[in-house]
Amino acid sequence: MIAGLDRPERRLALMAVVVVLVCAAFMTIGLRGDLALALELRAVRLAAMVAVGVAVAVSTVVFQTVCANRIVTPSIMGLDALFIFCQTALVFSLSGLGFAGIDPRLHFLGNFVAMTGLALALFLPMLSRRFDLTLLLLTGVVLGVLFRSLSALLARLIDPNDFAVLQGAVFASFNAVEPELLLPAGLITLAGVAIAWRSRHVLDVIALGADTAVGLGVAWRAAAAGLLVLVAALVSASTALVGPMAFLGLLVVSLAERIVGTGRHAMLLPAAALVAVIVLVGGQTLLRHVLGGEGTLGIVVEFVGGLVFLAMLFARGRR
Amino acid sequence: MIEVSDVSVTLGGSLILDRVSLALPKVGVTALVGPNGAGKSSLLSLIARLRPLQTGHITVGGLPVDTTPTRQLAKVMAILRQDPGVASRLRVAELVGFGRFPHSGGRLTAEDRAIVAKTLEQFGLADLAARFIDTLSGGQRQRALVAMTFCQGTDYILLDEPLNNLDMFHQRELMRTLRTMADAHGKTVLVVLHDINHAAAYADRVVAMKNGRIAVSGETREIIRPDILETVFGFPMRVETMAGRLTVLHHA
Repeated sequence: MIAGLDRPERRLALMAVVVVLVCAAFMTIGLRGDLALALELRAVRLAAMVAVGVAVAVSTVVFQTVCANRIVTPSIMGLDALFIFCQTALVFSLSGLGFAGIDPRLHFLGNFVAMTGLALALFLPMLSRRFDLTLLLLTGVVLGVLFRSLSALLARLIDPNDFAVLQGAVFASFNAVEPELLLPAGLITLAGVAIAWRSRHVLDVIALGADTAVGLGVAWRAAAAGLLVLVAALVSASTALVGPMAFLGLLVVSLAERIVGTGRHAMLLPAAALVAVIVLVGGQTLLRHVLGGEGTLGIVVEFVGGLVFLAMLFARGRR
Repeated sequence: MIEVSDVSVTLGGSLILDRVSLALPKVGVTALVGPNGAGKSSLLSLIARLRPLQTGHITVGGLPVDTTPTRQLAKVMAILRQDPGVASRLRVAELVGFGRFPHSGGRLTAEDRAIVAKTLEQFGLADLAARFIDTLSGGQRQRALVAMTFCQGTDYILLDEPLNNLDMFHQRELMRTLRTMADAHGKTVLVVLHDINHAAAYADRVVAMKNGRIAVSGETREIIRPDILETVFGFPMRVETMAGRLTVLHHA
């Protein structure tokens, strides 16, 4: 119907090819020693990066659409602050050794339940009474500050050796992913992505604003509450798997929007997911296997993401 | 028909709507006029179930707006609010296509596409169909939004100051379109207008609001009278018949 509408599809296909290439590069570059073991280790990391990338990308797109704002990230809900607080409290009460000894599956489940529980407590009241989304998000911000302060307080009381354990646990890292957590995290991500994809047309309408969406027959309050819970589940799964990634979503969604050049979710959701996988897997390949560094990709992504965020703020200010 | 009975709204301690009751018959153009802060937009939002009812009842085409599923209402009634910002990066044709959402849930059928194409043509947007909304002028964007509202194909159409940002040509076009909608397609149009002459020229009925109440309502001829207009708007104005049309001279 419209000239040039085929272009976003072509760009998506191109990105899919790039994803396959970076994944192949990640699996093969610089292989040494026991081939089977090395491949297995890398496969676990690759799977974790794909799951986390997709979860972060999809949750950020959905969150930004519901908030009608393209420069927010789900981390303002305070979920990652809660995650950090939980780890700090665990290290504080169990000591570093005890913390390292927790069954990873139990640990994952606990973190996931704590984060989604907080999100449910925040969003479910939306269904029953009149509410203001801004107020709700501010509540999340304030809770985030509370959890961060509590973490800082506890961190001061922790033994320095235990503190090193804590540092390792709260920075996003793909080097120490527990293989048995891939299945639950992957399943949650898969289910969340499937729901987001099914809701793509509703998301398009929600992006027009609450009033217009209601006028077009979307029960906005129920839809927004459900979508925010979906966002929380995705964020919780990825955070519990590898740790908090605040700016990755912002980075990949703004890149994806520029690449496909449309706000239609049928394009934006897959584009953001593909960009996220490219950034994570490509970045990790570069860092570990080409540059030979042992740096944590999470920190690099946060650094670049933070710069992009500032650039977006300045670009808005100038307009 | 649209029936509003005994509706009051209090926001932050101040009374916005004070026991408003109104019955608008089916088919025709009704102009909702009144000074700023009279409660016109609030009333429209309540009828369009964009704000929750505090007291009273509202039905549109027999459907109570507070209990009918919103999707079902969207097939009966379309609403265009004042200046709804479109943050999403969309083309004009995509935006207008959203008007079909209540019917097809986002997957446009061949019939939907035909309706979209016809609506684009009707609102002089065919040339702009592939343009992104954020590259349009205010008036062009307003026309795209009005087109989306019409594309919904509902029997009831509510428009809040749709003439905002439109040039004289497109103001006239839109008012004539509203007339055609009522006369040829049997639609019921409720439109908030600021220019009383648009109401005088195109509306079948005028509802005038003041201080959260319906000051007066009736056939256009009965309302466009100097004494009534002065009570509603608070200053004297002349009403003349020019070339067979009621004209309000409010500039003096």
